[in-house]
Amino acid sequence: MKKVISFYHSSVGKKILMSLAGLFLCSFLVIHLSGNLALFKNDNGESFNHYSEFMAHNPVIRSTEILLVAGFLLHMFLGGTLWLKNRAARPEKYSAYKLSDNTPFESRNTMLSGSIVLFFLIVHLKQFFLPSRFFGETNMYALVLQAFASPLYDLLYLAALVMLAYHLKHAFQSAFQTLGLRKGKYIVLFDAVAVVFWLLIPIGFASMPIYFFLSTLK
Amino acid sequence: MKLTLQVWRQERPESKGRLISYGVNDVSPDMSFLEMLDVLNIELVKKNEVPIAFDHDCREGICGSCGMMINGRAHGPGRGIATCQLHMRHFKDGDTIVIEPWRARAFPVLKDLMVDRTAMDRVMMAGGYVSTKTGGMVDGNTLLIPKPIADEAFDAAACIGCGACVASCPNSSLMLFVAAKVSQLALLPQGQHERKERVESMLAVMDENQFGSCTNTYACEAECPKEISVTHIARLNREFIRAKITA
Repeated sequence: MKKVISFYHSSVGKKILMSLAGLFLCSFLVIHLSGNLALFKNDNGESFNHYSEFMAHNPVIRSTEILLVAGFLLHMFLGGTLWLKNRAARPEKYSAYKLSDNTPFESRNTMLSGSIVLFFLIVHLKQFFLPSRFFGETNMYALVLQAFASPLYDLLYLAALVMLAYHLKHAFQSAFQTLGLRKGKYIVLFDAVAVVFWLLIPIGFASMPIYFFLSTLK
Repeated sequence: MKLTLQVWRQERPESKGRLISYGVNDVSPDMSFLEMLDVLNIELVKKNEVPIAFDHDCREGICGSCGMMINGRAHGPGRGIATCQLHMRHFKDGDTIVIEPWRARAFPVLKDLMVDRTAMDRVMMAGGYVSTKTGGMVDGNTLLIPKPIADEAFDAAACIGCGACVASCPNSSLMLFVAAKVSQLALLPQGQHERKERVESMLAVMDENQFGSCTNTYACEAECPKEISVTHIARLNREFIRAKITA
């Protein structure tokens, strides 16, 4: 027990928990994206509605949902705690500070990209999750079509995905560094997987509003 | 060359500092950055002003005493050099150079560009050593260490403890320093006895001294005068996990 407490009290321990929570959230992205691909099936939304129904009511999914919410809360809480500690570690700022010479944009702005993704998540939950899960909406396909017909919503969706890509670009490789796995020949492997992940996942999600918006133009 | 320097002047730890402008003439491109400051200080003394205080000792990049933020970069422009190894040829005639002390809660300013870096000593005292009786000199090759491991340990041991990692980090994190020290001893047979206690207690003291935590921006690696790799930070994280999950 003493070890568990000292693990949590250590900044490295918090980072490890945060990276594990982050990787768990990444697995959610993969599942969510692969499920959403049902939107592309040309059957007037039958398979997508079937999938939505399954996701809203299957007991396994419902119990994993609790874990997922816990993962989000843990990731955000630890991120916020460390962010505050890190800001406090330099009370007097530099008047000239060229951090940008040495670090990429996404590494300096994970709090920003994460906050924008969180904002989008709230909008997204209100729009799709609440109707399906709590208000008995069964035709999710119609809801998706309606949402993607609005150019304003599509822009918000795409902007959030750009932020998600930035967030993942830093965070995915960073998680492996924090877990101590970035070493020797694995560095190339993890960095390659990271590129595929931060590029493909957001592109996959982005293909949906683009496809449906273009199809309304016809 | 003629230069304008904006130097952080602060009389005492508790007094309020500010940037003050100085003009320096006749700067040779062959001078080191510290020699340029010496020239300015001689001028200041002649004018009966207090010279600028800054830390320095060996002036050949091995002691880790010097260090200042030069135009927003720890040890100034250029890679793999300490402030004393920075030459004025990196600047152009008419340039304005902003010179500030390392800034971190853990490194309070003592005077002008001098900061108190004893927080790093406290982290070292928590385990950055090997407590075994070494006895007399042993024969060479009695203790066999494979070359790649010896090289890796040596790369970590190159850390001169200047604090540029903290100064350049957006979070004022000491992780690269602690990683270098832990890594060096974790790789060698002499460091095995205290391997777990070392990582736990050095990290605990690091946190106590109000350094920030690492967010893997890798700014430290870019500014380290000894170019210590962040792969040592990954090893530090591994050592921490190992210490926590094994009995």
